[in-house]
Amino acid sequence: MRMLKILLWKELLQIYRDPAIIRILFIMPMIQLLILPLAADYEIKNINLGVVDHDHSEYSRQLVNKIVSSGYFRLRDYSATFPQGLKAIESGRTDLILEIPTHFERDIVKNNRSSLFVAVDAVNGVKAGLGGAYLQGIIQNYNQDIRTQWIQAQRFDPQPTIEIASADWYNPHMNYRVFMVPGILVMLVTMIGSSFAANNIVREKEMGTIEQINVSPIKKMQFILGKLIPFWLLALLVLTIGLLIARLVYGIVPLGNYSTIYVFATIYLLAILGLGLLLSTYAQTQQQSMLVSFFVTMIFNLLSGLYTPIESMPAWAQLITRFNPVSYFIEVMRMVMLKGSGLADIRYQILALIGFAVFFNGWAILNYRKRSG
Amino acid sequence: MEKENVIVTHELTKRFGDFTAVDNVSFAVQKGEIFGFIGANGAGKTTAMRMLCGLSLPSSGTATVAGFDVYKQNEQIKKHIGYMSQKFSLYEDLTIRENIRFYAGIYGLRDERIREKTDLLLQQLHMKGAEGTLVRALPLGWKQKLAFSIAIVHDPAIVFLDEPTGGVDPITRREFWSLIYEAAGRGITIFVTTHYMDEAEYCNRVSIMVDGRIDALDSPANLMQQYASASMDGVFLQLARKAKRSGD
Amino acid sequence: MKQFLIFVKKEWLHIWRDRRTLFILVFMPIIQIILYGFALTNEVKNAKIAVFDQSRDEATRAISTKIAASRYFNIVENLYSYQDIEATFRKGKIRMAVVFPQGFRYDLLHSNHTQIQLIADASDPNTANTLTNYASAIINDYQQTLRPTESLLYTINTQVRMLYNPELKGAYNFVPGVMALVLMLVCAMMTSISIVKEKEMGTMEVILVSPLKPFRIIIAKTIPYLLVSMVNIASILLLSVYALKVPIAGNLGLLIAESVLFTITSLSVGILISNTAKTQQTAMFTSMMSLFLPTLLFSGFMFPIENMPVPLQVISNVVPAKWYFIIVKDVMIKGLGFTAVWRETLILVAMTAALLGFSIYKFKIRLA
Repeated sequence: MRMLKILLWKELLQIYRDPAIIRILFIMPMIQLLILPLAADYEIKNINLGVVDHDHSEYSRQLVNKIVSSGYFRLRDYSATFPQGLKAIESGRTDLILEIPTHFERDIVKNNRSSLFVAVDAVNGVKAGLGGAYLQGIIQNYNQDIRTQWIQAQRFDPQPTIEIASADWYNPHMNYRVFMVPGILVMLVTMIGSSFAANNIVREKEMGTIEQINVSPIKKMQFILGKLIPFWLLALLVLTIGLLIARLVYGIVPLGNYSTIYVFATIYLLAILGLGLLLSTYAQTQQQSMLVSFFVTMIFNLLSGLYTPIESMPAWAQLITRFNPVSYFIEVMRMVMLKGSGLADIRYQILALIGFAVFFNGWAILNYRKRSG
Repeated sequence: MEKENVIVTHELTKRFGDFTAVDNVSFAVQKGEIFGFIGANGAGKTTAMRMLCGLSLPSSGTATVAGFDVYKQNEQIKKHIGYMSQKFSLYEDLTIRENIRFYAGIYGLRDERIREKTDLLLQQLHMKGAEGTLVRALPLGWKQKLAFSIAIVHDPAIVFLDEPTGGVDPITRREFWSLIYEAAGRGITIFVTTHYMDEAEYCNRVSIMVDGRIDALDSPANLMQQYASASMDGVFLQLARKAKRSGD
Repeated sequence: MKQFLIFVKKEWLHIWRDRRTLFILVFMPIIQIILYGFALTNEVKNAKIAVFDQSRDEATRAISTKIAASRYFNIVENLYSYQDIEATFRKGKIRMAVVFPQGFRYDLLHSNHTQIQLIADASDPNTANTLTNYASAIINDYQQTLRPTESLLYTINTQVRMLYNPELKGAYNFVPGVMALVLMLVCAMMTSISIVKEKEMGTMEVILVSPLKPFRIIIAKTIPYLLVSMVNIASILLLSVYALKVPIAGNLGLLIAESVLFTITSLSVGILISNTAKTQQTAMFTSMMSLFLPTLLFSGFMFPIENMPVPLQVISNVVPAKWYFIIVKDVMIKGLGFTAVWRETLILVAMTAALLGFSIYKFKIRLA
């Protein structure tokens, strides 16, 4: 109706006239989408290796060669003693040291047994674990090579072998960006939906213009819709830009339908805007609203499965993610973009989001009063 | 001539916990009157006005504004009143024309009528040619006059002005008051709070609030006679000295 | 000096009276530590997988049981056709499918050769890799039980020692990172917003007219946030030591001194931002873009820097948090002394000096 039209006209005009918002709204997604996926790569590679070789034999050289040619490791330090090698770890030049004892080759051949020592900088537990595992895997492989060299008799009596064929679906090139980009898009849209919208309303409170609105015949619903709709449109616009960038820069095209994404995004935004609205009813100053929405958004982002998988979380944290709208959107984004899931596949998530939308908006509307008691 | 009352309050009270901001206040304002609501800071005048505007729910007592009850017909009241706050509440990032269009539209004026009113307003305020300027760039006096004109753009029965002339030079203040007179002449009731005593003398009647109660209510002339003072200043000082509260 | 203290007191009251904000500023690092320490990890465990067993014999069941028993896997579904696999993946229910062909045991016994297919959802390449690796290890283990004699000959034993963090706790890496993040956030963002607020509200002019030198006023504004940061550092360290069981291996005094240095660096960044932003909104979002995100990314605690493309690695050198992260890791976790971190310390000092110098310069220009 007319009142709403006028409110929307004013809001859009104000947004259009605010140079900072325009810059932030369009530049921010671009920067985030361009830099974050490049930087956000958990894959363990380029592990810096230090070697302390007391043997200098053919075997020790072969081993080091094998390790380096695996592609996981870079030889960064070659020290004569272990304490020297340790210095390299301390200074951060290497991530692990392989110490090959004297008589390494001789011991294997003569005594059937030799040992190696590996020291790993385990400050980053995941990297240390995987790095150590890769190294051990290569060593075991090398061990097998030696065995096959010597145990030729086995050639006529083959050992039972289980061949493992592994296939990678949905991301055959193992591109981490394909995984991160949809998640980052969700994060962007969420920030705009909740933080910006909330801040905008609180700004009117701070400036005093909200009083003029309260004293006029504008109905509560009209005012709220007048604030939500522009940001809903903006968020969808940013989503579109993001999807375009994903397509043009990263070549990421959804396996599923764009329309599925938009349908879900619409409902998701209703929920998130509701959250922003709710926050705005509690904040008196912009500083408060910004800090609170930043804090809430941060927690939601961390517990959403964007950076770390939900299955790895302890039970109590997983329970929290059930109440986090962001985790649903991340799930859906990845499902639709990477696996081609359709509306039917995500109906559970849609229902959950509708629940959130009703909850947040309902609470916010109850809170918002034109007349203070 | 029989003049109707547009605002009637009876023992209107507002309490915040133990603190009584407005204490059993009763008065009536007639149509077309310029009614001044005076008091020191913290006396309760803004709180009282907010109740009449529907911004605050009274704790007890009754009040009707433009014939509507403040408890039950709050939203109806808003259609028939105008309001101008201390901060003027114009949108700084919109132009003069856009501000007029917005508020006129909010109050239900048709596009045709908005155009008419805009022209009229711009002429009256000598702002023709400047309608495309952002409000942010206007001098304070212009903002003030614009805010008032916009507050009555829908020809409300009553317009509430909350300390409308803060920080403005005397000449601009005089021009502002001529606008007020013009509006009153058209039948719009003016309810204005102020702490400028010389402005009190411009009003038809004045009420003086002290500690949440109305201690005096009469025309300036009568009050000055009653309190044997040559100016409203003197009247006010005598009454305010008895006050126990100070500061909002 | 007395005037300066009065200003500091006023600024402190602003913050103290805004309980909500103060609460969040103090509580936020605590929540982050709890989350990072207990909830967020890249470790793979309890991954949901499905098994498509076309043989259902002794061997396949043995392997399946081994897999199910592992803490890495959680078999949530048994599939009965190839189409099922696709459908289950699409519903997002599993991360990997293990496929046994028909006649598994028969082939193993009679032709000494058979195959298992591991289909991983490579949306998350790391997880896919890890799951495939773990599953392969379990299968290889089983394979080894069929070749008993082999393991006695020509064996290389590898002894692995994990330095600094023998239990491979994620917290060891996260705590320094959270410290960097929190300090940067509280100091820079909040300081910049607080200064810009005065600009926006118009009270800046009033202050500038006061007898106190304008730059001293700015410094006065930052001091309360310095105090809040100290509280934050203390709470983070206490939580780390007692709740996360991450001990402080090095010198506590050195750690605190370096943290104070970094706090000052962050405050300087905040001051710089406040110079350029006109509204609180801009200050906040600029802080986020130029601070929070880079700190999160380039400090190196979430994503390893060496994985990033070279231009980004270069950019990471400009981010103060990167150097602070290294310092905290070295001092707190590795237990090293000043000789190990003097270079990074010098870099931070230089950055602080440059930032403050530039801000003072800009400030004077504006007033001139």
